[in-house]
Amino acid sequence: MSAENHVNESILSDQIREDQKENRIDHMTYLPGMEDIGSQIMDQVIQEMNNYDYRQYTEAHVRKALASSHRTPEDFKALLSPAALPLLEEIAQQAKKEKERYFGNSITMFTPIYIANYCENYCIYCGFNCHNKIRRAQLNDDEIRREMEAIAKSGLKEILILTGESRRKSTVEYIGKACEIARDYFRVIGLEVYPMNSQEYAYLHQCGADYVTVFQETYNSDKYETLHLAGHKRIFPYRFNAQERAIMGGMRGVGFGALLGLDDFRKDAFATGYHAWLLQKKYPHAEIAFSCPRLRPIINNDRINPMDVHEAQLLQVVCAYRLFMPFASITISTRECKRVRDNLVNIAATKISAGVSTGIGEHVEDLEDKGDEQFEISDGRSVKEVYDDLTALHLQPVMADYLYV
Amino acid sequence: MNTKDTWKLGEHEFTSRFILGSGKYSLELIQAAVENAGAQIVTMALRRANEGGLANILDYIPDHVTLLPNTSGARNADEAVRIARLAREVCQSSFVKIEIMRDTKYLLPDNYETAKATEILAKEGFVVMPYMFPDLNAARDMANAGAACIMPLGAPIGSNKGLCTKEFIQILIDEINLPIIVDAGIGRPSQACEAMEMGAAAVMANTAIATAGNIPAMAEAFKKAVEAGRSAYLSGLGRVMEKGGSASSPLTGYLQD
Repeated sequence: MSAENHVNESILSDQIREDQKENRIDHMTYLPGMEDIGSQIMDQVIQEMNNYDYRQYTEAHVRKALASSHRTPEDFKALLSPAALPLLEEIAQQAKKEKERYFGNSITMFTPIYIANYCENYCIYCGFNCHNKIRRAQLNDDEIRREMEAIAKSGLKEILILTGESRRKSTVEYIGKACEIARDYFRVIGLEVYPMNSQEYAYLHQCGADYVTVFQETYNSDKYETLHLAGHKRIFPYRFNAQERAIMGGMRGVGFGALLGLDDFRKDAFATGYHAWLLQKKYPHAEIAFSCPRLRPIINNDRINPMDVHEAQLLQVVCAYRLFMPFASITISTRECKRVRDNLVNIAATKISAGVSTGIGEHVEDLEDKGDEQFEISDGRSVKEVYDDLTALHLQPVMADYLYV
Repeated sequence: MNTKDTWKLGEHEFTSRFILGSGKYSLELIQAAVENAGAQIVTMALRRANEGGLANILDYIPDHVTLLPNTSGARNADEAVRIARLAREVCQSSFVKIEIMRDTKYLLPDNYETAKATEILAKEGFVVMPYMFPDLNAARDMANAGAACIMPLGAPIGSNKGLCTKEFIQILIDEINLPIIVDAGIGRPSQACEAMEMGAAAVMANTAIATAGNIPAMAEAFKKAVEAGRSAYLSGLGRVMEKGGSASSPLTGYLQD
């Protein structure tokens, strides 16, 4: 199977195969109301990603990248290439050193709160997509408060608010209200919601939010088009420029992530890092964060696929991010199990979630009308368990590393 | 030395010339590090304070030391001023180390914004300790604005590269009539020692200790190095020969003829 037409088959169904054949709107054209900031960064990222031929890199390139004190995009490409895989131990050791220079042994803890799971998008790999017959729910202000109060009792000070991507159901004002409530309980408020215009980000920043994460999923726009069949998310460039609009709106930091394994993960990881790198160059004050979700290789699949992201490849990507942008925050998803997460925070990652539920209203026992989960988590540890496990690894849990001023 | 060798920040007198950072390592090691370093001043990021909560750094810093909250996270003078005011409430301390960075990659201090924040906070009665890039003009501005000391960086923060800016720090030591505290970049005790030999009033280190194999032992090594450097400075360093010995008087010898 070639890299070009590879797709992880776990995300396909007969219905999706049929829907993929239908006529769909142009994914590269902005819809009415979508702000176009005229940024050049997307074209630069796409061009550089298309030119990236990772088969050209050798051990010598990787060693040069590893030894460099000022790593370039070229070094980043080498570190993501197959030639780097045999050097993974050395790469991991260097990544750990760089992490310690910037972060010492600190690991920031947080938890996501899903306040709604309505979604207008049709992302064929996602449990929340609008064609999935799941229980939908949206917490009202009082329920949000009760959920947050319950979470705050665990000792956490950083929260990540998620809504699913329905602008109609979860309006900007609704999200703003959730941020204002969150300020009563938390020091750091992040958002993982639908992309919006810079003025809307400015409003949410005023309400207390300071970090915005948007997953591009894949930077291959042709593949993107076949995976995101409907909804505003289908518009590739509007999503791509979300982080820049967030910074323009005054957000302190922005997060990036490709869902590794949707397409060629080496190219997607390169594009993710290069996207962040260009944005940090343009906005030097912006804090940069990476998330590293992956689609797992299909178990018992007899076709070995070079695009599969196994644990070694995941570690390679995480270390490459760390070495390319040593000052960036890196979060490890609860899609990964405790063993993988503990090792990744020890080596290169700096942020870990705990006490996670991806359903709606699950932190408070008596909340009714719970919505279904977005995905199954593989690490169900409580805040205390993660805290204790980090301490046992000689890592220092940090509850909040920021003041909203 | 007959008299006690002390130095001052505003009205506050200290004997220890080693300021210890408290970030980047496990909280339960702070006390041992402070004791072994003999430190009287410990810096901490206010953003790490978590009053009444988990992993609150304030719970781990011994009571007898002077708490020096810093404004890390501030991107401009306005944010630094607001963090400093919060710090005064939370830490009950009028000391503040101003850290303003507009760049998440190199974390270099912004001298212009730092001078502005210095002026505002000094007027509000803070003991202002500005962390800065060693530039004489900026240091003069900060001194005129009411700074209690000047804290030039030796190298990029966390880099452990030592006194990369040595020449410029020396200029500050020679020209600025305030304690010069070398902050950031000091990676080894020998580098701390060298800064003290140059005439720095004190040295501050964090990453060098935080990333050491044995944190309390490294804190002690720094203490000794700082003391040795200070003694050398007070003793007057001996001259250094160039190229294997000095000729008697190669240019003015004719005067003796």
